[in-house]
Amino acid sequence: MGEEVKLFRTWSSRFALRIVWALKIKGIEYETVFEDLSNKSPLLLQYNPVHKKVPILVHNGRPIAESLVILEYIDETWKQAPLLPEDPYERAMARFWAKFGDDKVLTSIWSVFIKQGKEQEEALVAAMENLKFLEEEMKGKKFFGGERIGYVDLALGCLANLISVFEETIGLKIVDEEKLPLFYSWMQNFAEAPIIRDNWPPRDKMLVKFQALLDAAIASSSSS
Amino acid sequence: MEEVKLIGTWPSPFSYRVIWALKLKGIPYEYIEEDLSNKSPMLLQYNPLHKKIPVLVHGGKPICESAVILQYIEDVWPQNPLLPNDPHERAVARFWVQFADNKVPCIWRLFRTTEGDEQEEAKKESMEMLRALEEHGLRDKKFFGGDKIGIADIAFGQVAHWLEMIEDLVGVKLIEAHTFPHLHAWTKNFKQVPIIKENLPEYGEMLVYFKRARYNFLATRGLGI
Repeated sequence: MGEEVKLFRTWSSRFALRIVWALKIKGIEYETVFEDLSNKSPLLLQYNPVHKKVPILVHNGRPIAESLVILEYIDETWKQAPLLPEDPYERAMARFWAKFGDDKVLTSIWSVFIKQGKEQEEALVAAMENLKFLEEEMKGKKFFGGERIGYVDLALGCLANLISVFEETIGLKIVDEEKLPLFYSWMQNFAEAPIIRDNWPPRDKMLVKFQALLDAAIASSSSS
Repeated sequence: MEEVKLIGTWPSPFSYRVIWALKLKGIPYEYIEEDLSNKSPMLLQYNPLHKKIPVLVHGGKPICESAVILQYIEDVWPQNPLLPNDPHERAVARFWVQFADNKVPCIWRLFRTTEGDEQEEAKKESMEMLRALEEHGLRDKKFFGGDKIGIADIAFGQVAHWLEMIEDLVGVKLIEAHTFPHLHAWTKNFKQVPIIKENLPEYGEMLVYFKRARYNFLATRGLGI
């Protein structure tokens, strides 16, 4: 077919992981270009001049940025193993939940990780409220996409791994199996799915990275 | 065709995104004005998570988040398409819709400031955002959608009409013909498109509404104007 697919990413970017998973689920061959964000390549700056970030998908020389936009592009271009549902209403719901994930869920869980004391308690309450909406959405389903992993699973998927990294680093339970049984099962099912399982960033590297971020946050908040 | 309702508020640019899309495609709908200071049971039932407008209700099923609604309208009613055919160009259009949602809100941060560091910061952010639109989004096209308006133009509607109001109230000028020539022209061209021209909140009324809103907001922070 003469297709050339390149993915610009970093080793830990949770947004880039969405694209890795999508490409692998659809069996699309691609070349990985690892970026050092402290020293951005000229190609990165050329392909994403607006945000200067990863991930960027380059298909036959044409770049696409923003991970959820890239997922839709992949789904429209390669029709096998569809990620979004066919029904327009179901598609709208999938886009709604992915947006909720990005706008509210990820940031609220990050707040639980990075804050201390009373602020952390408040952040946990907010995160629980958000997760309860996801719990409700999981009723009767194995994945957000139904029987198979879909767009929403990929959008939220980093949580299946990241939450346990956060919990281990701060020594606090964020997702309690008793309070969020369906979401908890989803995290297990997603993390253990063959393609996902083989494509996580190394856990030991993740723990080191996030410990360093937490140390820096604590240091800067105590010195201010 | 199943019944279409739109729950919105008259000053909201997000409400207008949906109005423009429905009217451009010739879709009849019932408009319901919501009072956000006294949210209706209907709104809370249709949007329990965010409790916000706009909400599109199609055949009794609600869709929330204006960017999601725009895509839904495009999926259900393909006439007068808001997205191009080519997959890469569609991705570019979606990129700009996401940019509109994630970056344009800085103009509302500017709206909520008075003179000082915070305002300078918000001004700087807004200018950078507009610079990105001028140099990378619009470039030398008439509209973000090319020769006709598309989903990205609709998403940037705030910049065409509401930003002028913000500039007036805050006392700053951001978009000028010599600093942002293409964007400046776009604000005029966009509002000349018949469906847009016929469906904008009246400027004077908008100014009165937002002036009061800004005053109330600043008063709660102990800041006068």
